[in-house]
Order: sequence, then C-alpha cells, then structure tokens
Amino acid sequence: MIKTSGSKQLVETVRKYKYLYLMAVPVLLYYLVFKYIPMYGVIIAFQKYSPTIPFFENEWRGLHNFIEFFTSVYAGRIIRNTFMLNLYGLVLGFPAPIILALMLNEVRGKIFKKTVQTVSYIPHFISTVVSVGIVLSFVSYDGVINEIINWFGGEKIQFMTEPGFFYLIYTISGIWQNIGWNSIIYLAAITAIDQNMYEAAYMDGASRWQQIWRITLPCIYPTISILLILQIGSMMSVGFEKVFLMQNPSIYEAADVISTYVYRKGLLELNYSYSAAVGFFNSIINFVLLIGANYASRRYSETSLW
Amino acid sequence: MKYEKTASNRIFDTTLIVLLSILAVITLYPYYNVVVSSFSNAVELYNGSKLVLLPKGFNYDSYRIVFRNPILLTSYLNTFIYVVLGTLVNMLMNIFGAYSLSKRYLPGMKVFMKLIVFTMFFSGGMIPTFLLVYELQMIDSIWAMILPNAVATMNIIIMRTYFIGMDPAIEESARMDGAHDFTILFKIILPLAKPVLAVITLYYAVGHWNSFFDALLYLRTRSKFPLQIILREILIYNNKTLTSGQGVYEDTQAVSESVKYALIVVSTVPILCLYPYLQKHFVKGIMIGSIK
Repeated sequence: MIKTSGSKQLVETVRKYKYLYLMAVPVLLYYLVFKYIPMYGVIIAFQKYSPTIPFFENEWRGLHNFIEFFTSVYAGRIIRNTFMLNLYGLVLGFPAPIILALMLNEVRGKIFKKTVQTVSYIPHFISTVVSVGIVLSFVSYDGVINEIINWFGGEKIQFMTEPGFFYLIYTISGIWQNIGWNSIIYLAAITAIDQNMYEAAYMDGASRWQQIWRITLPCIYPTISILLILQIGSMMSVGFEKVFLMQNPSIYEAADVISTYVYRKGLLELNYSYSAAVGFFNSIINFVLLIGANYASRRYSETSLW
Repeated sequence: MKYEKTASNRIFDTTLIVLLSILAVITLYPYYNVVVSSFSNAVELYNGSKLVLLPKGFNYDSYRIVFRNPILLTSYLNTFIYVVLGTLVNMLMNIFGAYSLSKRYLPGMKVFMKLIVFTMFFSGGMIPTFLLVYELQMIDSIWAMILPNAVATMNIIIMRTYFIGMDPAIEESARMDGAHDFTILFKIILPLAKPVLAVITLYYAVGHWNSFFDALLYLRTRSKFPLQIILREILIYNNKTLTSGQGVYEDTQAVSESVKYALIVVSTVPILCLYPYLQKHFVKGIMIGSIK
C-alpha cells in the first residue's frame, strides 16, 4: 500500500468510514460528559464549593476538606466499616459461588443440575429494595428467624438495632442473592477444562475429591484470580444502595460506610466540597488497591488484568 | 469422565444432592414465604407463626388494597415508562457504540475503548456527577432517569466482544456489494447477534426496573417516582399511610405487614415472568462476556 502522509491518510480513512465514526459519537459523547467531566469535577473537593457561585470562582481550600475529614470523629468508623464489610464479603462471599460451581459441576443428573441453577439465579433479579425488605422482615423481632430461634429455646434477638449482627446479616443476605449468578462465570470456566485430564487422573487412581482439588480448581485459577483482583480492587467501596436501605441510626456504628456518609453529608446536608473530598479519597484508594492487586497477581501468578 | 458405581462415589453423589437441595430450598423459601403470606389473612398471620407453608385463611384483601392505591399505580406506570424509554436509549447507544468500537482497524477505536474501560476503575464520584446533572438542569426530569446511565461499560464490552468474534467475511462481502454501514449493521449483523442482544436488553431492562438510586438522587416530585422508591417507603420505612385499608380491618399494623407482601409479589412478578424466557440466552451471554 502506498503511504501518503500520515494526516492525509487519517482524513481519508475517516471519510471512507464516516458512518462508523458517526455511530461512535453518541457513546463517546456520553463518556465525555457523564464520566470524564465529573472526574474533572472532583476539583470541588479542593474548594469550598457552592452552586450559586460560578464554577471557577469558588474559594480554594486545598487539602482543608481532607484534613477536616480525617480528623473528624466519623472517619475511623466509616473507613473501618467499609473495610470490614468488604472483608466479610471476601472471606465468606468470594468462595461461595466457587464452591457452588464446583458442586454443580459434579452433579450427574442434568435435570437436577438445571433446576438448582435456575433456582439459584432468581434472587439476583430481585431488586435491592425488595430483597432488603424481605431480609428486614425475616430478621425483625417477630420474624421468621426469631421464630426459629424461639423454637430451639433461645431468646429472640433484636437484629437490626444491635451493631454486632450487621456485618453478618449484610454478608449472608448478599450470598443468598448472588451465589447463583456469580457461579455462572466459574461454571463457564469449568466447561473449558480438557476432559482428558480427568480420564488420566482416573487411570492413576485419583478419587473424585482429588480430581476436584487437583484438576478443576487449578484449571479455573485464572478466572478466580481475575475476579479476586477486581474484588480486592473495590475493597474500599461498598455499594451504596444496600447499606443505605439496611441502615438506621442505631446501628451506624457498624452500618455507616463511606458511600452513605458521602450521600448524607453531600446531598442531605449540602456540604458538597467536604463530601466530594471523601468520595475522591475513596476513588483514589480503590484505584491504588486495584493496581496493587493486579501487580501482585502479575508477579506471583501469570494472570492479571493488564 | 468415567463413572463407577462405587460406594464412595455413591456417598459423594448423595451428599451433593442433599446439600444442593438444601441450598435450593433456602434460596426459594424467603420468596415463597412472601407469596404465601400475601394470600393470607392479615390478622391471623400477624398474631401467629410467620413460618408458613400454606396461606392462612386465603384471601385477596392485601392485593385489593395495592391495586386501589393511586400512588402505587402511578409509580408502577412511571417505572414502566422509564424501563421502556430507558432500555430503548440504552440499546441504541450500546449497539452503535459496541459495533463501531469493534472495528479495531479504524484509527482511534482502540484508544477510545481503553478510555471507556478506564471509567470502570476510576470515577468522579457521587457528588460531582450529581452536581453535573444539576448544572444540566435535569433534576426532577425524566432525562435524569435515562441519560446519566445511558450506557453501562460492562455491556459495551460484552457486545463488542461478540461483534469482534463474528466472521469479518460477512461484513466484507456486504461492503463489496455496496452496502451502507447502517444497512450492514441492521440487516446483517444484528439478526446474527440475537443472543447477545437478548442478554443485554435483559440486563438494561432489569436494571431500570430495579433502580432506585437514580430516582433517589435526581427526582423530587412524588408523582414521578418509580416503583422502587415507593416500595422503599413502605417496606423499609414502614410508611403506613400508603398501606392503610380504609377500615377493612381494625388492625392496621397487621394489614400493613400483609400489604407489604402483596407489594413484593406485584413488583417482582413481571421480572419473574420474563425470567424463564430469557434464561436460555443469558448464560451464553455471560460466557461471551467472560472471555474479556
């Protein structure tokens, strides 16, 4: 191909494929406006922002907002809660879909397998509001869980006013909702495993248990580690919706997280700059964690996100 | 995989079936409980055991209250509008975006994709985004329910991966026949992409149906609220004015509990009806997405 000058070639290409470029415009515009402009908007974290003042004339505060946050009474609490909820999620919630996928893979009856799968996906489609509504109803003082406790002779517990139970209730209800859906990806990875390996292992006298442990698991290790990286990368962010719906002032000690704090301070108390600073701190930490987790994975195994 | 009917295999299989069955039951039971409770007599249920297997004193009263409530019906309608309009916008954006971005030979497309994926890892945050919507004067308008989340990056990735995996010869031969890019997309590519289209539509539609965060942030007028916001008031904040039965029973506490159950059923039924139909497709879709 005869090379004309670089920019001339570019213009020609764009003209030739103008419709394709045209198709890309709406999406690119979207990301520019709704994703990249807010990134710039983070600048208000360093200002004393007020919507009534034109954007560029807001008073500059530098790190003041950040210092205010870190020295406040709440910083420790919300950072700890965000971290702890993620830790519970990592320790309890991360293995659960993997275990389910492994179990489903071993099932011999196709119909049974399909049925359990279908059933396990259902909670994923229930909205957060409804599933929290169900959870609250179940753990209420007169609810099903307490009834069962009573049956066994125990005393009823006020689950939603004692901070101590929050982490568990949050995590377990999360597992209930997502174990099925999250297992899909592992099942997909499992189907890609070469069946001959099992044959060979069987010839060598491996038990089923050994086959799972030494063939299935190692083969889906890349999938596991990518998802693990992604999860660690968001260790400092907890989705707003579910915590927001589950919390009430008497359990803020355990149930207030960074995102809900940002919401309260920013949108309810209209303290925009302060809450933008907290939110930005959160984004930065997550970003660093993600890069760190990816780097660690690249170094110690061979899989990584990039 | 060779399978022998040994004792250890039998024990393994039996344990497996037992455990999985328990899991299935535990997964289903909360919802089942809700459905059964919704058809039960409110007072009996409230005063008695909640661990039900069959309705106690079968009646429809809770449903009658739900369907008579104007605010609930309005919010149902609102959600419907948001779902239809929102998903339409979503799919148009997603298709055009994913298709054009899948043409990696075009200068710039790879860079654009990297920029887009980057937004999954870092974002401006809740406050700057909110302020942007505010500055664009979209607060309390339907646009705020459609535009800020017009595109989901993950869905672009999934669809783009699918398009990349399609045979380039199809497009080439169509181009040689003189077909327009838009024609190629709509008449040739899309009909071949039905599985991924079904999956992504499902993701977006369910996302809209279940969404409450956007409405919470951006809407202010009660009559524009979607279903989930009203649900939140009733299910979580126990707003009894919305669930009063106007003298159907003396016991408003019991009635309000019962209406909650009916509400949950009514708001989840549409999704669950779509569910079996689309289940065939989305497992495939996940597999496609998982490659990326």
